[in-house]
Amino acid sequence: MFEIFGIPSNALFGQLLIGLINGSFYALLSLGLAVIFGMLNIINFSHGAQYMLGAFVAYLILQYSGLGYWPALVIAPIVVGISGVIVERLFLQWLYKLDHLYGLLLTFGLALIIEGIARNFFGSAGLPYTVPESLRGGQNLGFMFLPNYRAWVIVASLTICFGTWFVIERTRLGAYLRAATENPTLVRAFGINVPRMITLTYGFGVALAAVAGVMAAPIYNVSPQMGSELIIVVFAVVVIGGMGSILGAIVTGFGLGVIEGLTKVFFPEASNTVIFVIMAIVLLVRPAGLFGRRA
Amino acid sequence: MEQRVSDPLDTPQAAKPSLLRRQSETIAFVVMVAALVIAPFFTYPLFLMQAMCFALFACAFNLLIGYVGLLSFGHALYFGWGSYLSAYAAKSWGLSPELAIVVGTATGALLGLLAGSLAIRRQGIYFAMITLALAQMMFFFALQAKFTGGEDGIIQGVTRGHLFGLIDLKNEANMYIVVLAIFLAGFTFIYRIIHSPFGEVLKAIRENEQRAISLGYKTDRYKLVAFVLSATLAGCAGATKAIVVQLASLTDVNWPMSGEVVLMTLVGGLGTIFGPSSAPSSSWRCSTNSPPWASGCWLSKELFS
Repeated sequence: MFEIFGIPSNALFGQLLIGLINGSFYALLSLGLAVIFGMLNIINFSHGAQYMLGAFVAYLILQYSGLGYWPALVIAPIVVGISGVIVERLFLQWLYKLDHLYGLLLTFGLALIIEGIARNFFGSAGLPYTVPESLRGGQNLGFMFLPNYRAWVIVASLTICFGTWFVIERTRLGAYLRAATENPTLVRAFGINVPRMITLTYGFGVALAAVAGVMAAPIYNVSPQMGSELIIVVFAVVVIGGMGSILGAIVTGFGLGVIEGLTKVFFPEASNTVIFVIMAIVLLVRPAGLFGRRA
Repeated sequence: MEQRVSDPLDTPQAAKPSLLRRQSETIAFVVMVAALVIAPFFTYPLFLMQAMCFALFACAFNLLIGYVGLLSFGHALYFGWGSYLSAYAAKSWGLSPELAIVVGTATGALLGLLAGSLAIRRQGIYFAMITLALAQMMFFFALQAKFTGGEDGIIQGVTRGHLFGLIDLKNEANMYIVVLAIFLAGFTFIYRIIHSPFGEVLKAIRENEQRAISLGYKTDRYKLVAFVLSATLAGCAGATKAIVVQLASLTDVNWPMSGEVVLMTLVGGLGTIFGPSSAPSSSWRCSTNSPPWASGCWLSKELFS
């Protein structure tokens, strides 16, 4: 046990860990938002609801078919992703011609519907979801205790984030995607099915939210409002990072998670607001966001 | 809603309001006033007073989205803080109701100035997200501040007091008349703004901001003034509501309230002056009595009609 800046190291590292965990979710969600925004030009307000849906699907799978965490980690994103594809085909595809705001409003309505339905069936109280057998326990690192599950969340989130970044920035599929973002008409002229690509992108972005939801289930309770609480912070993260780059979304997500964690140690009263304050400062200094390009 | 809700400007009669149009608006206004005067004999005055507060709130919000094209997703900030400060002023400082409402309104104006000067730096969805984030920041502040009652976030037992030290507002009829007066004053004020040269510039900004800039208008300044006006009126609505229901709570500062005002305005009709004022009674009632997804359904329906 030693002290850093007069703070017991346990507390410091503990909050740092919580910050990294929160950062993992910020990064995953803002990544999904950035991917969707890049392709669809729509701010997906229902992202939080879809994150919540991921957690609920995992919970329901456990309840009714007895399948545990690992199958849920695969099934839930697929189920939620398919629901996303349906939503895109039914509603969103009609909105691309219109102002961005209509997409925001529509997905806001969807978020209300999804959240309301969940609350109707499950109530507002959280439902518990246990940590999978294989990830119980933890490691004693000497300076702090690291629960296995939390380590897994951080590693998994980093892997998914950089995997997505790699696919989008370094592969042929990603090149198509980026090209279609810049000029969909031209890419279509090359014989690439852009509408289908857009649909699948939305499905993928939504599935990312669901993955985050499943991973969050054992840490936070599974509750209908788990998404809406998070999504607003994620919006602030997105404003800070700027929508321009995938890497920006990841770095800001983790960075702000850590900053938030550290604030809890040094100035606990401000921990809820620190991200918003940073957002205000960034807007004053760099209106396009840290990694954004001026539109 | 294939076209943007801007058609009123495309038609020549809108550019120069014809006699017919002005007449129909006058008739609608008279009908509305008459309905509001008769209504308390048929339904609960308390419900009507709250509905009028929400109506003023929705009108204030509509001034921004309908006439400047700015979607603020954080209007609960001004409404809720207006209501907190007015409740606090009436209860702890013992101010008379009209002063308490002034304090709440000024709070809305000040917060609007602060949030607005940040938010107008970005456009479109960023604007929406920034206003939302700022509102949420102040929500957390309300959650922690001492004077709002901390985690409970509620100021209860606000006395309605005597208006100008004379009129007893504990009397429902008196209170109703005061709220009606405030609502109508706010409504006419917004009507005047929209039909003033200033309002025409706002509409020009909504239609084509670049063009407005090239014509020499400092659009940022216009947007900020519109934002502050909207926030002020939202604060006034919140302040009045706090006096009417004699409490201020976290519900009014939290983000679902920001969403609700968006719903009210959309259901009532964007960019129409009478729409948002008629919607709250139906939409607000629907969202308090039935699960929130009903209002969600409303919104989706509205978007595709």
